[in-house]
Amino acid sequence: MRREGSPRRGVGVVFFRELFDHLTSVRMLVLELLVVLFGAVVVYFAAEQIRNTTAEDPFLFLRLFAPPGQSLLSFVTVLSILIPLIAIGLGFDAINGEYNRRTLSRILSQPIYRDALLFGKFLAGLATLSICLITLWLMVIGFGLLRLGIPPSTEEMGRMLVFLLVSIAYAGVWLSLAMLFSVLFRSTATAALSALGLWLFLALLWPALAQVVGEAISPSDIRFTMIGIPTPDTVAWQQGLARISPGTLYGEAVVAMLNPEAQSLTNLLAQFQGRVLGAPLPLDQSILSAWPQIVSLIAGMILLFVVGYIAFQRQEVRA
Amino acid sequence: MSDTVIEARDLTKRYGRATAVDGISFDIARGEIFGLLGPNGAGKTTTILMMLGLTEITSGTVRVLGHDPVREPLQVKRMVGYLPDTVGFYDHMTAVDNLRYTAGLIGIPVADRAARITSALDRVGLSDAARKHVGNFSRGMRQRLGLAEILMKDVSVAILDEPTSGLDPQATNELLEMIRWLKREGVAVLLSSHLLERVQSVCDRVALFHSGKIALIGTVPELAKQVLGGGYHVEVEADGTGLAEKLAAVPGVRNVEATAPGHFRLLAEGDVRPQAAAAVVGAGGQLRRLSVENPSLDAIYSRYFESQPRSEGEMHAA
Repeated sequence: MRREGSPRRGVGVVFFRELFDHLTSVRMLVLELLVVLFGAVVVYFAAEQIRNTTAEDPFLFLRLFAPPGQSLLSFVTVLSILIPLIAIGLGFDAINGEYNRRTLSRILSQPIYRDALLFGKFLAGLATLSICLITLWLMVIGFGLLRLGIPPSTEEMGRMLVFLLVSIAYAGVWLSLAMLFSVLFRSTATAALSALGLWLFLALLWPALAQVVGEAISPSDIRFTMIGIPTPDTVAWQQGLARISPGTLYGEAVVAMLNPEAQSLTNLLAQFQGRVLGAPLPLDQSILSAWPQIVSLIAGMILLFVVGYIAFQRQEVRA
Repeated sequence: MSDTVIEARDLTKRYGRATAVDGISFDIARGEIFGLLGPNGAGKTTTILMMLGLTEITSGTVRVLGHDPVREPLQVKRMVGYLPDTVGFYDHMTAVDNLRYTAGLIGIPVADRAARITSALDRVGLSDAARKHVGNFSRGMRQRLGLAEILMKDVSVAILDEPTSGLDPQATNELLEMIRWLKREGVAVLLSSHLLERVQSVCDRVALFHSGKIALIGTVPELAKQVLGGGYHVEVEADGTGLAEKLAAVPGVRNVEATAPGHFRLLAEGDVRPQAAAAVVGAGGQLRRLSVENPSLDAIYSRYFESQPRSEGEMHAA
């Protein structure tokens, strides 16, 4: 059965209202301040470190985002923690908030489809997140220009740009998830707590749990353990499981983009191609090596949105 | 175009095994005020949502201005204004901004928006509060803002779900007056309520809901005739001897009931007050009070369901 009219009718109206709402809300201001505060501190220390130690480094600018030596408080780490927080903060009351304010049935009795409401809200959330991330990104680069006194190379710009896009996709995953919960739970508090709970679980517990579960599914082979290297099957399982968490995917993609020397993902590939281990990868190769992670993030975002969409279509407008 | 704006046939809605609306049929004509009346949970809101295409129809059909809300929801929603039960607005926005958002969703041309919003707010008496945040609005003001939205939309059918619930008597009267005004503008109004007495005065026709079925449908006098024995109840208070016999002898009186000493309740075919007065006076009695009871929906409703203890539908719904 074909529906009459376009499902996109009204998307623009919803989009602009929601965007305006987000950008002027106190909630957004608080979240934004949080990120700027954390980001400023971390980037400042990174810059100091770079100024003090670096002699010759072709990727100086990238160190601003991800300082060498796996410092715990890098800008990237801060982002990977705060992006889910902002995304959940923007999305957790998208639909159930309308329901609780009793505006949902009034809005849906206007000549638009439910699609427009959900899609408009999602796009507005994503646009808000993008605006935040782009602003932050520009601020860090601006700070770097002032503090380090050298412009980034073209390749560095490319890498930072891809990093930005990956960050937006990562934010989209959490936004989709938060909106899904806002459809599933009638209480905004339940939706927020569930989303935050899942985020904490995936960020803190899952990486360790994935190791254990991977070991259980495919136990280490004694022959590999004897010579002190991990069993490939076990590692494959552990990695695969760990990648269920969007945080893991994001981390891997970011490492590939910001640490050109890091080749943990593509050791084998690099050797097959006869490349020298430890030498930095060119940009296109870095993108190629992070491609599965990037695609997975985008696919995860779409998948979660679709699940929320289906649930919303089937939902009764009233209790 | 025909005069029927809403046409429901065997409309049924089931949630799992529970039947919320059970095979109801009715027609609503242009410029008519039609009341869906019944207790909470009788299926009124579900019926309304089905007409708007906001919930799926299990079986049966409904046509709103000739359109099927299932297949052409946008067409239907374009011509129907809906005021939900306890309507909500965005509290942090002003009344005008709320309406402006809806105007965008409706697709009112940008050039017309301001004028239509202003005149709608004027009409419901909210022009003074136009720039105030809706968060500070009273319940009555919210209901009026909801009506303003319908006026702005310029619809042919207005569906109002429990428009008067939770309003004080004055706000109720104002709202009912606005509903009458809508009727004069040629808008068909469908309103639901569980307060039978309140809305009785505005409704041209009513449908009494009970356990998902329409128990009775028609104008209030018609229903009274059907349920209350087609008669007028005349109350007589008079002192005198042998008055009961005299009153029973009045032409048109079917039954006389002495409810208390000196209190008589007549069931008559018409308004027999003059004749009853003459009878009392003729018998040398002293007439102290004489009144005729207007048929009330409450009476009709309770009488109807008293006379049909535990209908089948009720059993299913329980």
